[in-house]
Amino acid sequence: MHRRTSAATVCLYAALALGTLVMLVPLAWMLLTSLKTYPEILRNPPDWLPAAPQWQNYRTVWEGFAYYRYFLNSLFVAVMVIAGTVLTCCPAAYAFAYYEVRHKELIFGALLCTLMLPAQVTVIPLFKAFSALHWVNTYLPLIVPAWLGGNVFGIFLLRQFFRTIPPSFIEAARLDGASEWTILWRLVVPMSLPAVLTVVIFTFLWSWNDLFNPLVYLQSEELCTLPVGLLYFIARAEQLTGGSLGQTPWHLVMTLATIMVLPVVGLFAVFQRYFVEGVAASGVKG
Amino acid sequence: MTNRRAQSLWFWLFAGPAVAGFAAFSLWPMLESLWLSFCQYEVVTPPRFIGVQNYAYLFAHDASFWPSVKVTLVFTVIQLPLAIGAALALALLLNQPVRGRGFWRAVYFLPSILPQAVFAVVFGYIFQADGGLLNRLLALGGLHGAAWTTSPTWALPVLIGISLWGFGYPMVIFLGGLQNVPRELYEAAHIDGAGAWARFRHVTLPLISPVIFFNVVMGVIGALKVFDLAYAFSVAQAQPAPGGPARATLFYGLNLYQQAFGYFHMGLASAMAWLLFACILLITAVNFRVGRRWVHYGD
Repeated sequence: MHRRTSAATVCLYAALALGTLVMLVPLAWMLLTSLKTYPEILRNPPDWLPAAPQWQNYRTVWEGFAYYRYFLNSLFVAVMVIAGTVLTCCPAAYAFAYYEVRHKELIFGALLCTLMLPAQVTVIPLFKAFSALHWVNTYLPLIVPAWLGGNVFGIFLLRQFFRTIPPSFIEAARLDGASEWTILWRLVVPMSLPAVLTVVIFTFLWSWNDLFNPLVYLQSEELCTLPVGLLYFIARAEQLTGGSLGQTPWHLVMTLATIMVLPVVGLFAVFQRYFVEGVAASGVKG
Repeated sequence: MTNRRAQSLWFWLFAGPAVAGFAAFSLWPMLESLWLSFCQYEVVTPPRFIGVQNYAYLFAHDASFWPSVKVTLVFTVIQLPLAIGAALALALLLNQPVRGRGFWRAVYFLPSILPQAVFAVVFGYIFQADGGLLNRLLALGGLHGAAWTTSPTWALPVLIGISLWGFGYPMVIFLGGLQNVPRELYEAAHIDGAGAWARFRHVTLPLISPVIFFNVVMGVIGALKVFDLAYAFSVAQAQPAPGGPARATLFYGLNLYQQAFGYFHMGLASAMAWLLFACILLITAVNFRVGRRWVHYGD
């Protein structure tokens, strides 16, 4: 369209590269610190690179301090939340996309409003109710809402996608005698796999990254998920390392942080397109 | 399916769980929370009705309420324009015909999806007065860095800075908006002799105004619920209570958590929750009023 001068092109790429550096420095410092020894992190002025990468830091955190448990806890919660989300959001999205029922738009609008609602607004009555049910200090408060269509963004996204499927497809399946349940899981969901995958990815992110809810509902340490475990680790680092290190063992803290970040980065590397499409879709209604 | 009754049956079978979840986990807690906000409730004894005393106490006597409102306001007023500006600038750059657009977009988006707790911890380490990377680098240049994380003056600016790494969401939304602007309009403006700034001001800006509007609303609501970042930052700095030093990073959402689960002032915290809810209603309403005036929704 408009020819750029070569100077402008150089400026553009220089700006992008500089920005990239700024974006990635904290992550790089986290990774590099995680591979250092304790004396190395104390060194001033700092060395950028460890003399020899200390991979055993990962073993220390994973096995020595039993952080594989927190990892498995996080994974368990995330898998259960994803399962509930897919199993209840797909039918709900199908219902809102294809059936004509009185007040349907009103109900859908009310559901969408909850997207604006911070967790802090509802947490106190929920905590009170979950306490009465003896659910506090179990995973149920984290998992059960997902099994009742708790991911409204997921319903919204799936509904948008389902609506692009021509109604004639569904009518044809009905004429063949397929039940609504079969049409949903055998026809509509397989045709909407990108949207379903986007929902799965975002549900994973929210569950994996969440600090607020586990902090409120999980009290015993062996139930903790990784974000809470990270904070425990910092608070009790001296005790964990037997007081042998004077200050906070930041190299081990960064090891744990890297362990938390790795699955997210891995997913992002593989499914970048779905992340971006999911975010873009959230802006569509705006 | 023409049969209305069958449709209605299937609708409730399919959407029923989600609607029940909405009633149980959003609607009912909102109402219960309203009731609790008029009660004295400290968990061990049942709630006791005390009228508007919680609200009166918050406004007139509570030591942390107004500081937390102020922190949240300052954060919103400074962070939001910076984040939206950065997101728009990056989106405009990436909307140019650049090589490796996918790579750049990925790099700028990646920090946004990482756990906020990790970001707070990593940056908390980088900004530490002794042993932090920043001050050690400053020392190499002969400068003496401040005690960033323990100074009431610097702690909030540091948190604002950290949160700016997360502009990836508005950036991607802007990119989507920019890609929807028809190229012919630019061509036409170019032929009419419009310069780059005029094209931005009179073509791009009006056409992406709904997206700007959306990002502003989401950004304000995001500021109202800041929790993970501030809480993890406090813990990583071994502060005696979350929101320190001297309440400098006591965000509203963090203060609410602390009242409810740190001190078990559940009635008081419910009043805070309802004020937060009222605030969100107000912002949404005002935004839509204002939005109607300056947002260009096309035809």
